[in-house]
Amino acid sequence: MKSKVIAITLILFFLITFVIFFKGLKNSNVYTPSSNQEKEVPSFELKSFEDNTKIISEKTFKTNQYYLMNVWASWCIPCRDEHKFLMELKKDKKIELIGFNYKDNFKNATSFLKDLGNPYNIIVSDKDGIASINWGAYGVPESFLIYENKIIKRFIGPINDEDLLEIKKIIR
Amino acid sequence: MRFVHIFLIVSIILNFNFIKADEIKTENKIAKNLRCLICQGQSVYDSDSEFAISLKLVIKNKIQEGMSEEQIYSFLKIKYGEWILYDPVFNKNTYFLWLLPILIFLAGGAIIIRRFYNKNNLD
Repeated sequence: MKSKVIAITLILFFLITFVIFFKGLKNSNVYTPSSNQEKEVPSFELKSFEDNTKIISEKTFKTNQYYLMNVWASWCIPCRDEHKFLMELKKDKKIELIGFNYKDNFKNATSFLKDLGNPYNIIVSDKDGIASINWGAYGVPESFLIYENKIIKRFIGPINDEDLLEIKKIIR
Repeated sequence: MRFVHIFLIVSIILNFNFIKADEIKTENKIAKNLRCLICQGQSVYDSDSEFAISLKLVIKNKIQEGMSEEQIYSFLKIKYGEWILYDPVFNKNTYFLWLLPILIFLAGGAIIIRRFYNKNNLD
């Protein structure tokens, strides 16, 4: 009798463990922070990519206008994939694109934009990556959709056609 | 006079080194307590990813600005969420995690005590 109870408990224990781990297999192992809370745009004072003039966040983001802040670098391969979607988004007059050039060198970045087109209205450069930490960014590519000085949506990783549709739906 | 000058300069440099060494120590301690979010199973201290390199730079700057360890942790918690800290905070999502070892310890103790008393009773 006693051995039967032990056997059943053991089997149950392993069964439950198996189910838990099996379910866990399907979970994404990419961590994304809770994005339901809307965050204020962090203020920054960065150098412009083209001419080293200072760009201040308070003057950049106007209210009643959508912005997509896109973190990119010429050395980042997925950035090349998402670039055509950014070019597509550029045609939309309701949104302005802000490039956030991440740890890049000027020459490579310029030729990247020459080859693939420049979708950005403004480009700021973040040479050491400190400003991107202030934004809570992970790296490249990453995009923040901004409205009324708030981050309303963030896209970690390259933008795809689904994301593009979503952005167009939000700004419509 | 000259000797005094040299002595002063040397002592200042030595003092400066001590301060610097302390800073590096706290820097490393903080980096070891942070999870590198884009790497798998590595701390920020161990990682050489772009993200970790920038984060180490941020920690260094914050220390130089005079922020305490706790302030830096809470700053990063606001930016990246609790997941960046290796030490999980005690709340309703983690109470099981924190209490399970204590429960197992108590259960083990109970089994040992029972065995002990049973044996004594048999004797």
